[in-house]
Amino acid sequence: MATAVITSLDTKSRAASHGMSDIRIRNLFIIPTILFLIVFNIFPLIYSLGYSFTDFRASSNAPANFVGLQNYRELLNDTFIWSNFAITAKYVIVSVTGQVIVGFGTAMLLNRDIPFKGLLTTLLLLPMMLSMAVVGLFWKLLYDPSFGIINHALGFGRFEWLSNPDMALYAVAITDIWMWSPFVMLLSLAGLSAVPKHLYEAAAIDRAGPFYTFFRITLPLVAPILMIAIIFRTMEAFKTFDLAYILTSQPTTEVISIRLYKMAFQEWQTGRSCALAYIVLIMVLAITNIYVKYLNKVKER
Amino acid sequence: MAAVQTRSERALNRVAIAAVLVITLIFLAPIYWITSTAFKPRNLATTIPPTVLFEPEISPFVKLFTKRSQLRGAPTPEEYAAAPWWERMVFDGGEKIVRSGRGEIQPSGYPNRFMNSLIVAITSTVLAVGMGTFTAYGFSRFKVKGEADLLFFILSTRMLPPVVVAIPMFLMYRAVGLNDTHWGLIILYTAFNLSFSVWLMKGFIDEIPKEYEEAALVDGYTRIQAFFKIVIPEAATGIAATAVFCFITAWNEYAFALIMTNRRAQTAPPFIPSQVGSGLPDWTVIAAGTFLFLLPVAIFTFLLRNHLLRGMSFGAIRK
Repeated sequence: MATAVITSLDTKSRAASHGMSDIRIRNLFIIPTILFLIVFNIFPLIYSLGYSFTDFRASSNAPANFVGLQNYRELLNDTFIWSNFAITAKYVIVSVTGQVIVGFGTAMLLNRDIPFKGLLTTLLLLPMMLSMAVVGLFWKLLYDPSFGIINHALGFGRFEWLSNPDMALYAVAITDIWMWSPFVMLLSLAGLSAVPKHLYEAAAIDRAGPFYTFFRITLPLVAPILMIAIIFRTMEAFKTFDLAYILTSQPTTEVISIRLYKMAFQEWQTGRSCALAYIVLIMVLAITNIYVKYLNKVKER
Repeated sequence: MAAVQTRSERALNRVAIAAVLVITLIFLAPIYWITSTAFKPRNLATTIPPTVLFEPEISPFVKLFTKRSQLRGAPTPEEYAAAPWWERMVFDGGEKIVRSGRGEIQPSGYPNRFMNSLIVAITSTVLAVGMGTFTAYGFSRFKVKGEADLLFFILSTRMLPPVVVAIPMFLMYRAVGLNDTHWGLIILYTAFNLSFSVWLMKGFIDEIPKEYEEAALVDGYTRIQAFFKIVIPEAATGIAATAVFCFITAWNEYAFALIMTNRRAQTAPPFIPSQVGSGLPDWTVIAAGTFLFLLPVAIFTFLLRNHLLRGMSFGAIRK
C-alpha cells in the first residue's frame, strides 16, 4: 500500500511533463494492430490478385507470364469447378439445416428449470472446442463399416458411410452437425432467455396454444440471434476443409476448399488457383451481404 | 384448471429433462469412445462387435511416445523376462521399441509435434490477447475516426477461407524463409486471432466504468499507469476467457499447419491424421494421441466454463 502511494506521488510531478497525450496513446494502441492485419490479410490478397492474372507455377522456376483474364474465363467455363460449388452448396444446406434443428431444439428443451443446467450446457459445448481435423480422424473410426460403433449401435450391419459416394457427403455433414449444433444451441439459449416472461403469461391468459405461442412469440423474438448463428455457420461450412479432407477422399465430397487446395498445392497451378480463390472470395462476400441484408430485415420486424 | 395445467407442465418438464439427458449422452458418446479406445489393448480396438468392457491398459500411450518396429518373431523368454513392464506391453502388441546405439529409447514424432503445438498456440495467444487488449482499450476509450468501419475491417479478416489466404502466404513465406518455422505459424495464428481478441476485449472493457480510471488520473496516474493498474486487473476474467478462445483456435488449426509446415515446425493436427497411413492403422495409438491432444482443451473448457459461456454469447448479442 505504501509503495502505491509513493509511486503515485512520484509520478504526479512527472505526469505533467512526461505523460503521453491521449492521442499518442490511442495511436500507439490501435495503429500496430491495424498495420499488422493489413500486412497479413490485405497484402496477401493483393499479391494473389496479381498472380491470378498469370500462369505462374510455384513448383517451377519459370517466370510468371501475364495471361489476362484467361484463368477466370477457363475456371468459369469448367464444369468440374461448378460441380465443386454444387457439392459445397449441398453440404452447407444439409449441415446448417441440421445444426439449426438440433441446436435450436436442444435449446428449447434446455430453456426451463432443469437440474444441472450449467453442467449439461458445458458438456454439450465440448464437441465445438475440438480440432476439426482430429474430430474427423476419430469419426473415421466411429464410421468404420465393420467395427465402427455407429453401425453397431444403430444396428446397420456393414453399412458403408464413407466409401459410398452417395452417403459420404451426408456422413461429413453429420459429423459437422455433431460438432456445431452446440454453437447454435448456445446462441439460441441466449436469445430464448432474453424473451420477456410476461409475454408468455399474457399468452397463457389468452389461452393461446403452444403452436401459437411458439410462432407468434418465441420464434420472432429469437429470430435475429438465430439468424446470426446461421450466418456464422454458413460462412464456416462454406469454408470447410479439414473435416471433409480427413474423413473421405470421395469425389462427391470435394468441396470448393479441397479443390482449391489440390489445385494450389498438389497440381501447383498457382496462378489459376489464385483466380479460383478470388472467385470463392467474391462468393463469400456476396453471401455475407445477402445474409446481413436479411438480418436487418428480420431485426426491423 | 390451474392444478391440471401444472401437473401436465410437470410431466412435460420431466420429458424435457429426459430428452436433454439423452441428447447430452449422444453428444458425448463419440468422445467417450475415443477415450476408451485410447486405453484398449490393440486386439480389442477393432473387434466385431465393438468391445465395451475391457481391462484398461496404458500400452497405447507407451507406443505413442516411442519409436517401434515390427517384431520379427516373438521375443525370447529371457528377453521378455528382462524387459521392464511397459516394454512387455509393446512386445504383447507384436512390436518392439527401437533403441539407439547406446540403448536409449527413441522417441516417436508425437512428443515433438505436441511441443510444437504448445509453443505455437501459447505464443500466438499471448501476442493476440496482448495486442487485442491494447487495441480494444484504444477503441473503447478514445474517439477514433471511422470506428465502426475499422472494427468491421478487423472482423472481416476472419471471414476469408483459410485456403484462400494460404496460397499467397505460402509464396510470401517461402520468399522470406518463414516456411516450416514456429514463427511462421505464430504470426499467422496471431493475425487470425487478433480480430476476435479485439472484438471480445472491447466488450469486456466497455463494461468497466470510465470513472475508475478518471479517479486514478485525478490522483496523478498517467493514462498508461491507469491502464495497467486499473483497467487490466478489472478486465482479468475477460482476458482469461479471450485467451482460452485464442488458444483453442490456434491449438486446433489444421489448414495452415498442413500447408506451411512439414517436419521441423509441424503441429499435432496435421501429424495425427498422417499416422493412419494406408495399411492397418493401430487405432489405439491414434486414439491415445487424440485423447492427449483433446485433454488441454477439455480441461480449459471445464475450468473456465462460466466465462466461456459469457464470452461466446457476448459477441453475438452485442453485434
